[in-house]
Amino acid sequence: MSVKTAAKKNSPIRLGAGDKVFYTVNTIFLALMALIVLYPLYFIVIASISDPDAVLGGRVVLYPVQLTLDGFRKILERADIWRGYLNTIIYTLLTVVLSLVVTIPAGWALSRRTLPGKKAFMIYFIIPMFFGGGLIPFYNVMSSLGLVNTMWSIVLPSILSVWNLFMTKTFFESSIPDGLIEAAKIDGAGEYRVFTSLVLPLSKAILAVMALYYAIGQWNSYFNAMIFLQDETMYPLQLVLKEILIASESTVGGSGETILEQFRLANQIKYVSVIVSSVPVLLLYPFVQKYFSQGVMIGSLKG
Amino acid sequence: MRKVKDGAVTTAPGGMSKSAKMWRRLRDNHPFLIMIFPAVLIVFLFNYLPIYGVLIAFQDFMPGDPIFGEYTQWIGFKNFTRFFTDVQFWPLMKNTFLLCIIGFVIGFPLPIIISLMLNAMKSKKMSKVLQTIFNGPHFISLVVLVGMLTLFFGRYGLVNNIAAHFGGERVSYFLESSAFRPLYILSSNWQDFGWSAIIYIAALSNVDLGQHEAAILDGASRFQRVIHVDLPAIMPMISVMLIMSIGGLMGVGYEKALLMQTDGNLGVSELIATYVYKQGLTGVPNQSYATAIGLFNSVINVVLLIIANTTSKKFSENSLW
Repeated sequence: MSVKTAAKKNSPIRLGAGDKVFYTVNTIFLALMALIVLYPLYFIVIASISDPDAVLGGRVVLYPVQLTLDGFRKILERADIWRGYLNTIIYTLLTVVLSLVVTIPAGWALSRRTLPGKKAFMIYFIIPMFFGGGLIPFYNVMSSLGLVNTMWSIVLPSILSVWNLFMTKTFFESSIPDGLIEAAKIDGAGEYRVFTSLVLPLSKAILAVMALYYAIGQWNSYFNAMIFLQDETMYPLQLVLKEILIASESTVGGSGETILEQFRLANQIKYVSVIVSSVPVLLLYPFVQKYFSQGVMIGSLKG
Repeated sequence: MRKVKDGAVTTAPGGMSKSAKMWRRLRDNHPFLIMIFPAVLIVFLFNYLPIYGVLIAFQDFMPGDPIFGEYTQWIGFKNFTRFFTDVQFWPLMKNTFLLCIIGFVIGFPLPIIISLMLNAMKSKKMSKVLQTIFNGPHFISLVVLVGMLTLFFGRYGLVNNIAAHFGGERVSYFLESSAFRPLYILSSNWQDFGWSAIIYIAALSNVDLGQHEAAILDGASRFQRVIHVDLPAIMPMISVMLIMSIGGLMGVGYEKALLMQTDGNLGVSELIATYVYKQGLTGVPNQSYATAIGLFNSVINVVLLIIANTTSKKFSENSLW
């Protein structure tokens, strides 16, 4: 802030033409970047509510052509999408609850200087950040644990991210004053009591950030589901989408419609399904982006 | 990463023998051990057990076999020599390296430049709005991102539709080998440049204002201040991020590559990691071989990380350890 005022104070003497050019070019370039980010998203929206022929004919570029909600009507009939939606919601809720139960207490413990063997624990958690067994041994472990083709193969491996654990630890180190803990202990509170009635209420920010990180991670993931689930009724939304969006055009099936008609509709369904699947995340995003950025910054404090 | 606050002072109660102190410490602090236990267990199950499972890379292993069983056949490095002589070896190395290095050359500086530009904006409000826009695509899933790519660059996608509208020829970019890397890298940057910039923006907000004021008094232009004040201030952060990304150079993005693969682009889109997946989990699985390839890949990563860290330590103050 004070740089700005300083710049303003000095501006009669020194805000030369060069600076003006700099600010203008800077703003124009960033605005252009914003356009590059926003246009594809905007296009998906206008394409989803335009006539499929207009979209395929390249006539939809700046605004919707021949408004129609057919795509949305069609997607309501897609049982696989809604089942995927429900599955994803279940997996995501379970992941969030369990991940908080695992991550938050562990982060608190790691942030305490008196944790016995603290250094060993740190090393224990750091090693997996840089070295892992790889895909096949991971698959075999899941298989030996009997988790393959159960929903726990989706949930359990996702409930602890070491990154998130360290972020939580850093949050506790930097934002819970030691004096407060000492005072509570002098009043006779034990460690559990301190954690549940003192630390947790002060940690809403990190709880929110972690819940959102884990939720978005689970909502968007497809790979574990692809390798572990055989039963299609258990597929999460992303896996259903993968089939709709990315499978080759020859897989379009159905009856009573001509091939061309099917193709038109399949194309429209794609635009609509992108929107339908991203709505929860996009609705949440503006409200939580403050927390998200905070989260990254908490993590970066140690950087 | 973790070198700032670990040196905090501990005051141990004096006047006791060492083991008595240790016992007391254990007794007083055992709740922490209970709190940390679930996390230790999860990491053990899903990170350490697979590291142990890597042993099958040195065996003639069939799915279902025990790792140490009566009939376990140890074959040493046979799977590795087999990979090095595989006709796929050099194409895989080349594809993985090229994709990662081109991606890195474009993807590493971009967030730095963007953060410097956002920080140098006159209107802080505008800068915040732009940040919100730039972060948005980070939350799009890989499946949707690749789906969007097909909608834009597929045979009947926007780009082709517009081209056809003006009488151009339709091109299936997804079947073109030459389009794979540009599509992959540009879409990755589109998705993540804003998100990756956050960490630098955070660092820039801590720049000493006195330096800016001094530079203004010396007659420095805003651009000169970006180069001589802002950039040096985030240099330590840039070093750390550089080391980290070199360490992860060979490990990135195979989930996305897998989604983008078609018969047409397989020649450039097959990476070491996607090959591991196909060898180990699809068709007639060859788990020992796939594990060996995966292990080779992680070892390269660790070696790269160590080299990057040592180099950085030598030439600057910045290192991970």
